[in-house]
Amino acid sequence: MPKRLSVIDVDHCVGCQVCMFACTRRLGLGGLAKSSIHVRSDGGIRKGFIVIVCRACADPPCARVCPTDALTVRDGGGVKFHAERCIGCYNCVEACPFGAALWNEEEGKPQICVYCGYCARYCPYDVIALEEVSHATQ
Amino acid sequence: MLLNEPLNRVLYIDLTRRTSWVERRPELFAEGLGGTGAGIRLLEEECPAGADPLGPDNPIIFAVGPLVGLYPLASKTVAMFKSPHTGNLGESHAGGRSATSIRLAGFGAVVIRGASTMPIYLVIEDDRVSFRDASALWGTRSSYTTGSVLRRREPGSGSRTIMRIGRAGERQVSYACVITETYRHFGRLGLGAVFGSKQLKAIVIAGKHSLEVADRKAYRQAYDAIFKKATESELMKKYHELGTPKNVLPLDAIGGLPTRNLQAGRFEGAEAISGENLAENYLGRRVACAHCPTACIHLAALRIPYPNDPYFYKTLMLGYDHEPIYATGSMLELDDVSGMLRLMDEVEIQGLDVMSAGVALAWATEALEHGLISTEETDGLELAFGDAETYIAATQRIVEQPTDFYAALARGVDHAASIYGGEEFALAFGGNEMPGYHTGPACHVGWLAGARHSHLDNAGYSLDQKAAQKGETLTPEGVARALVEEEQWRQVLTSLVICLFARNVYDEQTVCDALTAIGHEVTPEGLRALGADILRRKVAFKLREGFTFEGLRLPERIFETPAPAGDFDAEFVRQAIARYAALAGDET
Ligand code: SF4
Ligand code: SF4
Repeated sequence: MPKRLSVIDVDHCVGCQVCMFACTRRLGLGGLAKSSIHVRSDGGIRKGFIVIVCRACADPPCARVCPTDALTVRDGGGVKFHAERCIGCYNCVEACPFGAALWNEEEGKPQICVYCGYCARYCPYDVIALEEVSHATQ
Repeated sequence: MLLNEPLNRVLYIDLTRRTSWVERRPELFAEGLGGTGAGIRLLEEECPAGADPLGPDNPIIFAVGPLVGLYPLASKTVAMFKSPHTGNLGESHAGGRSATSIRLAGFGAVVIRGASTMPIYLVIEDDRVSFRDASALWGTRSSYTTGSVLRRREPGSGSRTIMRIGRAGERQVSYACVITETYRHFGRLGLGAVFGSKQLKAIVIAGKHSLEVADRKAYRQAYDAIFKKATESELMKKYHELGTPKNVLPLDAIGGLPTRNLQAGRFEGAEAISGENLAENYLGRRVACAHCPTACIHLAALRIPYPNDPYFYKTLMLGYDHEPIYATGSMLELDDVSGMLRLMDEVEIQGLDVMSAGVALAWATEALEHGLISTEETDGLELAFGDAETYIAATQRIVEQPTDFYAALARGVDHAASIYGGEEFALAFGGNEMPGYHTGPACHVGWLAGARHSHLDNAGYSLDQKAAQKGETLTPEGVARALVEEEQWRQVLTSLVICLFARNVYDEQTVCDALTAIGHEVTPEGLRALGADILRRKVAFKLREGFTFEGLRLPERIFETPAPAGDFDAEFVRQAIARYAALAGDET
């Protein structure tokens, strides 16, 4: 079964962004440019946080609007990104209602989750986890 | 160091001419690492001798370090300026998302020169600097409003910092703070007033670049070792659980919790304001600085009914720590938690340093009791220990300054006592109001002599507590040596902008491994020499600006109220300060 990243309990999130740093570090780099997960406050830190992850849709809108097939539908849901085909048009970013198609400013291309779960291994508060995709219960 | 290391880039902003440019300064970071080490070098370059702290010549310098964005707990930004509160070294540290935003916008430091002729705020996105009109924001009642307006108006949510001042900064109260991410502060020594003097209401910095390292594998290994230590060992446990308010009860138990303007070291209401009680009955949320798994920031949820409108409530979310609890709690005899938290909220709304504000209110209360001032000076307020409502009203007046008395109080207790008397109980040290410890001689020597007059300079309170526990007697020489040694090593940590709560996670070897993996070759000996050099430079800056160790005023109150480490006298303190001066200054 394919996997996807899920937000298990957003109220437990402290906004440490350790997950975001993990995602870029999976490539051996520091910083955040290559992170496919984003955490921000829900309109001010006193109101808590929003954790934005790709939820691996069965029929992903980001793939539908891509004019060059740089995003293809993965078996079982979610997308695969083919950087060499991407022309940087930003359509996918605008199409995802969750804002989970993030933008890599350094490359001028979207930053798309590969569902590896590296970030979840570092979340100190079990906010996120890698799960099997089960679209019936979505 | 890696070629093209973005840390080497310094962003210069001239507010007078409304221009900005970037300079590569590799030597600055090669020699000073970053943070305090790079900051003091920039301050030496930028601040002319004798500059007016509230004039255009006073620079604002922000510096971060090589570990930021790469390793956990390297989360602080060091601000350097000339302090309008003490007239010499201004250095203040804050976390939130400030450090990661500066570093990932592509800078190691930001230098702000000059002054604007109208209220503005700055937006820095990578190399783009925008000067935006802040005249509509200027004068808003609450610092919270500025945060929420800029949050909606400006880009980069999640990867930006929003530094802002309240009205205290606008009106140049000499202990006005700069607030970042609502719950962190460049608290001490008046950076907020320097912002205000430049008509700079806020700075937004957004960035999310990536950072190259020398050895990707070694980097990930070094990361994992540090992360494991930070999350699985006992080292961060205190901060992770109750947070800094864990100190309240143990300090009270030994008689080291300053109470009623340090008329006592024990507080009858300590239980109520303890970390334990706050966690059990008020803790509503936990939050963290960027890249910190510990999440030491504890927010109290305080539900307040509207007195004249039944079934209406508001819920405040207030950050609490040991120092604010001491300053608005025991120091003012507030054991009513709601009153204490509402006072903290007012301090936040105004944008004041909470320690200085609490000590100022405590001194004013005693001055009124002793008849040094009357209700004419206090604008009709009957300041009294335990009375939260009056303290809230007085806090507003410190900012509004309706009388000469409040204008004096807005410059700190040293200044106010020099006019109205009561110096023996005016609890400022080197011009900076005291932190929440009265443990023995070392804490007082520490913040009298320490470069920032802060408990975080050299942790004298910890020396006192160890001596008290072991029943050992402290000597001036021993105290001075231990303080200087600690303060020198802390210069290394703050140059790397490691959170001082994580000082035991980042021991010498860990620091060296972490730096080597990302391409900075250092040795433990080299680091220690750098720490000594930075402290020497800071002391030299202070002396240049007129500070003298001999001229330090010792408030008699500290000798009268019994301390856990035993009695001590002025002679002890003077000797220790003289030895500190020799050791920190030139003698190595
Ligand atoms: S699952 Fe992998 S690619 Fe997706 S956000 Fe987490 S670390 Fe990044
Ligand atoms: S690591 Fe966990 S707690 Fe921290 S920001 Fe990510 S989801 Fe939230």
